[in-house]
Amino acid sequence: MDITRVNRINAVFDKLEEENRTALMPYLMAGYPDVQTSLELLVAVAKAGADLIEFGVPYSDPLADGPTIQAAGEVALANNVNTDTVLDLVRRARESVDTPVVIMTYYNTIYRYGLERFAQKAAESGVDGVIAPDLPPEEAAPWVEAATKFGIATVMLVAPTSTDRRIERISELSKGFVYCVSLTGVTGARANLPSNLTDFIYRVRKLTDKPLAVGFGISEPEQAKDVSGIADGVIIGSALVGLIGKAGDGCVEAARAYMSRIREAMDT
Amino acid sequence: MQRLLPDERGHFDEFGGQFVPETLMTALEELVEAYEKYRDDPAFQDELAFYQREYISRPTGLYFAKKLTGHYGRAKIYLKREDLCHTGSHKLNNTIGQALLAKRMGKKRIIAETGAGQHGVASATAAALFGLECEVYMGEEDTRRQSLNVFRMNLLGSDVIPVTSGTKTLKDAMNEAIRDWVTNVETTYYLLGSVGGPHPYPMMVRDFQTIIGRETKEQIEQAEGRAPDFIIACVGGGSNAMGIFYPFIGTETRLIGVEPAGHGLESGQHGAPLSRGDKGILHGSLSYLLQDEYGQVLPAHSISAGLDYPGVGPEHSYLKDNALAEYASVTDDEALEAFKLLSQIEGILPALESSHAVAYIDKMIAETTKDDIIVVNLSGRGDKDVQVVAAALGVNL
Repeated sequence: MDITRVNRINAVFDKLEEENRTALMPYLMAGYPDVQTSLELLVAVAKAGADLIEFGVPYSDPLADGPTIQAAGEVALANNVNTDTVLDLVRRARESVDTPVVIMTYYNTIYRYGLERFAQKAAESGVDGVIAPDLPPEEAAPWVEAATKFGIATVMLVAPTSTDRRIERISELSKGFVYCVSLTGVTGARANLPSNLTDFIYRVRKLTDKPLAVGFGISEPEQAKDVSGIADGVIIGSALVGLIGKAGDGCVEAARAYMSRIREAMDT
Repeated sequence: MQRLLPDERGHFDEFGGQFVPETLMTALEELVEAYEKYRDDPAFQDELAFYQREYISRPTGLYFAKKLTGHYGRAKIYLKREDLCHTGSHKLNNTIGQALLAKRMGKKRIIAETGAGQHGVASATAAALFGLECEVYMGEEDTRRQSLNVFRMNLLGSDVIPVTSGTKTLKDAMNEAIRDWVTNVETTYYLLGSVGGPHPYPMMVRDFQTIIGRETKEQIEQAEGRAPDFIIACVGGGSNAMGIFYPFIGTETRLIGVEPAGHGLESGQHGAPLSRGDKGILHGSLSYLLQDEYGQVLPAHSISAGLDYPGVGPEHSYLKDNALAEYASVTDDEALEAFKLLSQIEGILPALESSHAVAYIDKMIAETTKDDIIVVNLSGRGDKDVQVVAAALGVNL
């Protein structure tokens, strides 16, 4: 098994670093608002300038998520979306999209599917990495081993409450990039990002050489621009998912327009 | 017997652990540290013992149920009267312990989840006693089923937050409590009500509930000069069962946990992960769990809101897999029969949760003789359940 997947993520960050740009990393909920449209959305955001796409697996008990992503997940589950559906969507998207895709999923979906089976099927479907928001380093060893065997990047999260010792350990285990949770809380758009975000990112920066992507709370182009000044990647989730919910039939066009606005703000 | 479980990362073999967002990990480390410090601290233990004695009203009795014994004509049946604890259930054993810990950790605000309201009331009570701010998450469905308990919590000075996500029951109340904790982790203490959740909760809650088993051991020795042959307790999350089982694990006494079979195990509408679940992760620990083939958690069902939960504490999974305890189940209807029987024959209204343990006597008594001794953990009183029981019996109040 080759390791092109981790490399594909690394290549994106290497290239952006050379160009002195920051990665735009939208999050979409697989199967939301429906299965087919979520595939169209994935392709659309890739073409609208996304450098990496997070694709969420809906879950019955998403305890790290705020109301927007919870609600989208409930819709997706009602659309009978499961792990196989999500992987199949990625496989289909791969027909037209080269952008790295990272699956965001709660650990029980991986555990129940079987660690090696999940890693293998993900790799075969063209998934590049997996983020499990409820899997701290203490419990991550079996999954990291299985994922690594199939070239899947295990992206780990650090939080403002993490001690330096924890950040070092997490960064070591994290492949592709380190996901920096901007605030103490669940996912969801916020009017203001925490005032100590810069200090936090600088603290992480001192402890690891890996690319740092910041997520949770970012919704406005101005915020994305600010974060792109200190981080290597900007993750936009709830704001995009919320906009897709509101836009109804026009959601693909709305998502494309929103991504372009964010991209522009980040690049100027 | 000195047991070394869980290990330092909270594992009972493969079960337990800490499956939570990174934001909470430092808080869990602090909690482990604080608990390790105070569990052996004489001043803390003295204060805890004082409140157990003077406030909760411990020790609770080990009552020989003479008429119930006569009714079956076989083993002698004793009831461990946790229903006589202040607030009406064993839940206060845990909330007083954790609230004392929260105070020592300098936390001013506690949050809790509740199903039937027993743990919510016990949390609100401990918060009032120690001057802590308290908010209780409760599924909207449960706030309707247990409106009286919502008002009790309000009277005690706590806010009840109805949870409208997911199944609107205990499982989702716990999700919402964890979301609150992730948001307010620096100021807030999460007072978890059962032996589930991430380490150190399964160990800590077990330790605070073990007083039930320690008292039982002494009391049965005094009454009968020996240990019981059987101990029966209901299992939702499993804290009352862990509490009474713990001092007897690995001894001759057979430990039987009774899960809610709801409308029957075959109906799919039950709350019996140890009988019908598979290994999985919920609310921070690995244990048996009701889930589909993709790991989506399935809704539980029980007439008893306190047992209406798709997961179970990880140590029970460990006990089951190592044959250190047995697990059985009892349907809604069987629990209702036991509720009526104990009320009429002993003048004791058992909680619907505890009625599951009482109901199991009927299923196992035939294999006992007059020389055998059974202890049933009567974990709570049934006053809170009269509306539910009336509805189930078709009585219009």
